[in-house]
Amino acid sequence: MIDTLIEPLQYGFMQRALLVAVAATIVCALLSCWLVLIGWSLMGDAVSHAVLPGVVLAYLLGVPFALGALVFAGIAVALIWLVRGTSRVKEDATIGIVFTTLFALGVVLISKNPSQIDLHHVLFGNLLGLASGDVWQVSILAAVVLAVLVAKRRDLTLFAFDRVQAHTLGLSPAALSALLLSLLAVTIVSALQAVGVILVVAMLIIPGATAYLLTDRMARMLVIAPVLAVIASVIGVYTSYYTDAATGGVVVLAQAVVFTLAYLFAPRQGVVTRLVTRRRAPERETAGEPTESVIPG
Amino acid sequence: MTSTLDTPALFVDDVTVRYDTVLALQNVTLKLAPGRVCGLVGTNGSGKSTLFKTIMGLVRPTSGRVTIGGTTTAVARRRTQVAYVPQSEAVDWNFPIGVRDVVMTGRYGHQGFLRRPRPADHDAVDAALERVGMTALSGRQIGQLSGGQRKRVFVARAIAQGSPLLLLDEPFAGVDTTTEHALTAVIRELAASGHAILVATHDLAGLAQLCDEALLLQRRVLVHGSPEEVLLPENLARAFGAPPPVNGGRTEDLAQETYAQEAGR
Repeated sequence: MIDTLIEPLQYGFMQRALLVAVAATIVCALLSCWLVLIGWSLMGDAVSHAVLPGVVLAYLLGVPFALGALVFAGIAVALIWLVRGTSRVKEDATIGIVFTTLFALGVVLISKNPSQIDLHHVLFGNLLGLASGDVWQVSILAAVVLAVLVAKRRDLTLFAFDRVQAHTLGLSPAALSALLLSLLAVTIVSALQAVGVILVVAMLIIPGATAYLLTDRMARMLVIAPVLAVIASVIGVYTSYYTDAATGGVVVLAQAVVFTLAYLFAPRQGVVTRLVTRRRAPERETAGEPTESVIPG
Repeated sequence: MTSTLDTPALFVDDVTVRYDTVLALQNVTLKLAPGRVCGLVGTNGSGKSTLFKTIMGLVRPTSGRVTIGGTTTAVARRRTQVAYVPQSEAVDWNFPIGVRDVVMTGRYGHQGFLRRPRPADHDAVDAALERVGMTALSGRQIGQLSGGQRKRVFVARAIAQGSPLLLLDEPFAGVDTTTEHALTAVIRELAASGHAILVATHDLAGLAQLCDEALLLQRRVLVHGSPEEVLLPENLARAFGAPPPVNGGRTEDLAQETYAQEAGR
């Protein structure tokens, strides 16, 4: 058993894959808690697709990929706000229009400019083929985002919960929303090259949704989400190593398995749990007694 | 606290608010001194909520200005000089947050960059929960509360904030009578300790008990005086548009029902 875990680690590519997967997973999982609660899950989807033309242009201009991606992440968010604010088109449609358009632009740019950019890698990542420079980029950006998220978590939670109160306290809901979107963009940019669009989107939604089923305190969500997501990512990377299956795909499937377990068997929100509880004590169906003590802040 | 006896806690100076073509408020002027409770009375759509939002800086007045404790609304908010309980909180009741955490958000203005609660913050939260009678339920997730309990939690948050000016928009709407009595007592206590409170209410029967003064609003200020003055039949008729019935006519509307009671005295 121990050999099964240790053997792959003698290879540098596996060490890098695990390190990057864990770093990206932690940051994405934390962000996903707020995104799921605000109703911004699709925003991660949108931004991660919309950065493609930025990556291609950065390659053509010879500047770092991260720079081009960040610029286009900003453009995507600005376009979504612009179209939503100045027309009757609703937010979900606006997001759909903007990100598919920008993604299509990226696909066209790739097809007209033969380059080393592999569309398959952009979509599904290349966890097992990372260079050490990638590892540094992901680790540093992840550490910065992590520090800001932890420091401002209470403000972000207040923004997610009650914008009017944030305003009443002299905080700017617009600034907090811009902060969250900037952190989202930086996270996506840092994780994209390594783990791919699909995996980023999954990691920005599934861990938060899973944790939300397991607790009704934000402070606990912010622990549960990254812990479960990291476990799923590590299992995914190892499974991929031994089965020779696409790493990004296996990691997402592992996250989905964890979500499914929470969906079915979560202590209070689980579908099966609720069925069993109801059968045992039908008269306490709506009781909802508090079983959790308070964690301040 | 910058407010002195000379500086009104709240000064709404000739405020007009226009939404597109609709005139929501017209030349509204209101001065509220520290330690006073002012009841805001008017029909639905008379501009009560717009007045609150304008004071909070959520709506920009077309003309006129608002000062809180002698400073602008924006500065007052940053200095935690004003607390606000909206008519209906636009919050997700399934949000993973407990009663105590909600009240603690009222203390953010007193905390540092990281919003790490200090002992004084915990004390203020405990005291506020105690005041509204929610100590026993402080561990609950907010969705597990009744309507009246939810309202108490948000009033507790306003209390914990410790601001000299409190704005309560219809705190009695949809709450049980126990909560209404409890909140009335709390509002009187807060006023006694120097807070200025502007409270919108439909409960005309309890107006004199709740308020030191009252303002009858119908887009503009119809009457601003003692509760008794506002409750005069001819004044209520101007606001609620009813002919002065001697014996109660229609009784389905709370305001008219109370109006009839007042008229029948």
